[in-house]
Amino acid sequence: MPYVVTDLCTGCRYTECVSVCPVECFHIDDAMTYIDPQNCIDCGGCVPVCPVGAIKAAHKLPPEKTEWIEINRRRAAETPVVTGKLPPLPGADERKAIILR
Amino acid sequence: MIPGTSSPRRAAGRYRVAIIGGGPSGFYAAEALLRSERSIDVDVFERLPVPYGLVRFGVAPDHPKLKQVTRVFDRIAEMPGFRFFGAVDIGKDVSMTALRSCYHAVVLATGAPVSRLMDVPGEGIPGSHRAGDFVAWYNGHPDFRDRQFDFNTERAVIIGNGNVALDVARILAKTVDELRHTDIAAHAFDALAESRIRHVYLVGRRGPEQTRFAVKELQEFAELADCDPVVDLSHYPELSSGPGPDSEAGAALALLQEFSMRPIAKRRRCVFLFGLAPLGIEGDGRVQRMLFGPLQERPRAAARTSLSLDCGLVFSSIGRRAAPISGIPYDETRGIHANIGGRLATSGSVLPGLYVCGWGKRGPQGTIGTNRACSVETVTNVLTDLPQLDEPPRHPDRLFAATSIRRYVDYPGWGRIDAEEVARGGAKGKPREKLVTVEELFAAADGGVAC
Repeated sequence: MPYVVTDLCTGCRYTECVSVCPVECFHIDDAMTYIDPQNCIDCGGCVPVCPVGAIKAAHKLPPEKTEWIEINRRRAAETPVVTGKLPPLPGADERKAIILR
Repeated sequence: MIPGTSSPRRAAGRYRVAIIGGGPSGFYAAEALLRSERSIDVDVFERLPVPYGLVRFGVAPDHPKLKQVTRVFDRIAEMPGFRFFGAVDIGKDVSMTALRSCYHAVVLATGAPVSRLMDVPGEGIPGSHRAGDFVAWYNGHPDFRDRQFDFNTERAVIIGNGNVALDVARILAKTVDELRHTDIAAHAFDALAESRIRHVYLVGRRGPEQTRFAVKELQEFAELADCDPVVDLSHYPELSSGPGPDSEAGAALALLQEFSMRPIAKRRRCVFLFGLAPLGIEGDGRVQRMLFGPLQERPRAAARTSLSLDCGLVFSSIGRRAAPISGIPYDETRGIHANIGGRLATSGSVLPGLYVCGWGKRGPQGTIGTNRACSVETVTNVLTDLPQLDEPPRHPDRLFAATSIRRYVDYPGWGRIDAEEVARGGAKGKPREKLVTVEELFAAADGGVAC
């Protein structure tokens, strides 16, 4: 039961998740982060630190989000590992304010 | 292994950093140092013969996936410049002064091993334990293998609302079949197999909206084979409006509310109680009951005016502190080694060449990975300081020639211990059977089998 980054991350990419991942299982592209399900050890440490609540346990995803299990698996294989925190994408804070409103 | 037989001499012109403590924060500090642009040799000194700290002796045996983090530590141990010295107790086998004379910088990664006390009458009478001791015992910690826990009682009380309290409750609530195929120490499995415990009470001082439970770990109480979670929130009507979804405590409350509406069908129960301050433990020669009262400072937050719980076992799990070290500044209030961003500091001025990371730096909180960010912060400061730090007058080889280090376990030695434990566990359908004495561990490290 790995954890999954969902579309809520798109456009924010805060990467708080990256700094607390004990196994460096986060990958990254221009839009968001992805969790490599092969490496994730289910610690759940990334869930509470995500400023927009984008990370969920795979088995707790609502039906319309389950596609993100496969997207994480596929994109993690195609993208590089990110080992440290990066600045969020431009406009992330404004986006967060809308999401959390 | 015998000191001095195979350790290559350190290259000249490189920085040398000693890390005290081979747990997660120590490994992550080593990784950050060895990944840096500077040429650094890192020696990790661990008091026990084995690495991994609380991943081996803290993480519950029924959380095997979490223990896979050790693969990362093993990868770090393979990085050029890394050495591991197991069973070397800094402060005992080697003085801090002697250690410091051999390294540019010393990083404390010694955690928070001291359990906080409840400070109530009766604490310490037979049957009253610190949760951390129980955890170390069921995880096969050599210093705790001879502890005795009497499970010939139907009720156990756990004080505390954090994840250690949840671990203790869950291990007490699980059936033998739920524990059989874990890496729980054999002595603990045998003792728990005889347990008569039917009711486990988890008691917190604060309200149900202020727990420090990880939701993921709380959720496990919904899935136990023979135990139901029991939550009564009728004393907290003001919570019914529902919490915000954005905090862990809020999500934990939502789950507790869910638990409060579940039917109770199984034989064992884990009862969650809130807003109760421990007043004392009573019993004639051993624990018979525990007394609670309302919180003095927040009487309105109290669930009840007072409560007496009959029980035969009490575990306190109300926090941990770093162990004070002579000559190292200590923050009494926070129970940590006083520091600024990981630089040890007293009254605002830093002590050159001395650092801290992990629980000894920030207190006992966070997940395993929290230590990564924590150690990276400390190491960033080490890297900034290194060019200004004094060249150490001595070489680390001196430690082994001139001190009481007669033997230690290196990383290949740990590999042999690991292989032996995995082989012993395989025969029983366990991921490993931990060796629980220092002598057995040394024997396995040397390639022999203890008898």
